[in-house]
Amino acid sequence: MTRRIRQRFFLISAAALALCFVWGYADLPPFGHVSSSYANIVNAISVPQRHITDAVTAVNFDVRGFDTLGEEFILFTSVLGVILLMRRTKDEPAGDHEDKAPGRKVPPVSDAVRVTTLLLMAPTILFGWYIVVHGQVTPGGGFQGGVILSSAPLLLYLCGSYPKFRGAAAPRLIEIAEALGAAGYILIGGACVALGGLFLENLLPLGTTGTLTSGGMVPFINLGVGLEVSGGFTLILLVYLEELMEEKE
Amino acid sequence: MSYLPYAVAAWLFLIGLYGVISSRNLVHLIICVGVIQSSSYVLLLAVGYRTGAAAPVFVDIPVGTRAVDPVVQALMLTDVVVEVTVVALLLALAIQVHKRHGTLNPDELRKLKG
Repeated sequence: MTRRIRQRFFLISAAALALCFVWGYADLPPFGHVSSSYANIVNAISVPQRHITDAVTAVNFDVRGFDTLGEEFILFTSVLGVILLMRRTKDEPAGDHEDKAPGRKVPPVSDAVRVTTLLLMAPTILFGWYIVVHGQVTPGGGFQGGVILSSAPLLLYLCGSYPKFRGAAAPRLIEIAEALGAAGYILIGGACVALGGLFLENLLPLGTTGTLTSGGMVPFINLGVGLEVSGGFTLILLVYLEELMEEKE
Repeated sequence: MSYLPYAVAAWLFLIGLYGVISSRNLVHLIICVGVIQSSSYVLLLAVGYRTGAAAPVFVDIPVGTRAVDPVVQALMLTDVVVEVTVVALLLALAIQVHKRHGTLNPDELRKLKG
């Protein structure tokens, strides 16, 4: 099929698809006037029944906790796939872990960049954990905080050399953290079954609304997800930077 | 105007699909898949929005205040994180394709297959 035939074929089917969109949207209420009873129920029960002030977290880790388990494992298997695809095969030489560009010298990192990134390091980690542990109180949680956490080792790469980044990121430890985070979700769910409840049923005392210990199991699940997401993202960064080092040889 | 966000979602989907079909580079194709995915964000948030309602965080507003739909927001939140890792996986595939065949053009890849 040539490019022209393919594009004509696309235009016809795109027009059909656009018609489907119009047909599908026709019965939707106008923007801003959609009302879902499920949303009303969640908004009404998240504080009185779960002691969780952030209804989005209540949906993710309590009301629909089982769905989030599935989404977390999409992330886990994607990271696994990246590592498998990018692993070094026998016929490829090992990189020497140094930044090199062909034909030109790499300028040294300036002191200003070094100092700024090192100063940002601790606040970034603190902010990441702050977002993870406050998931049930204010917007945030394991997914968002995990991404912030994984940017901390990247700051090290920015301020120094790749070996330092690799040393600080400690791939083996990160792998363990990621696996623990992923397993933690299932273990928490399994513990509920062992205690006589349903899978991921919130059995722990709900605590005082608006504090770090509120929401029963939700803070623990959040910690697990935070570990998994930050570990997964750091591993992806590591694998890609490793590839970059090889390309530049 | 009240249907504009839905139209934007449909447009993002179609333009992303056109990008995938007409792409001459796998990296460009992967970014186009990202554009298609972002149409789902627009649609989800548009469906959950209610005029004049607050964010579904009941820290400084009393329970029972009219708030937007938290369910679609929860869906979108995990969607964003998952999309980034899926894009990383696709890019890893593109790197392997380039290593094996020395090209990122999907058309030339088909010729290689014979």
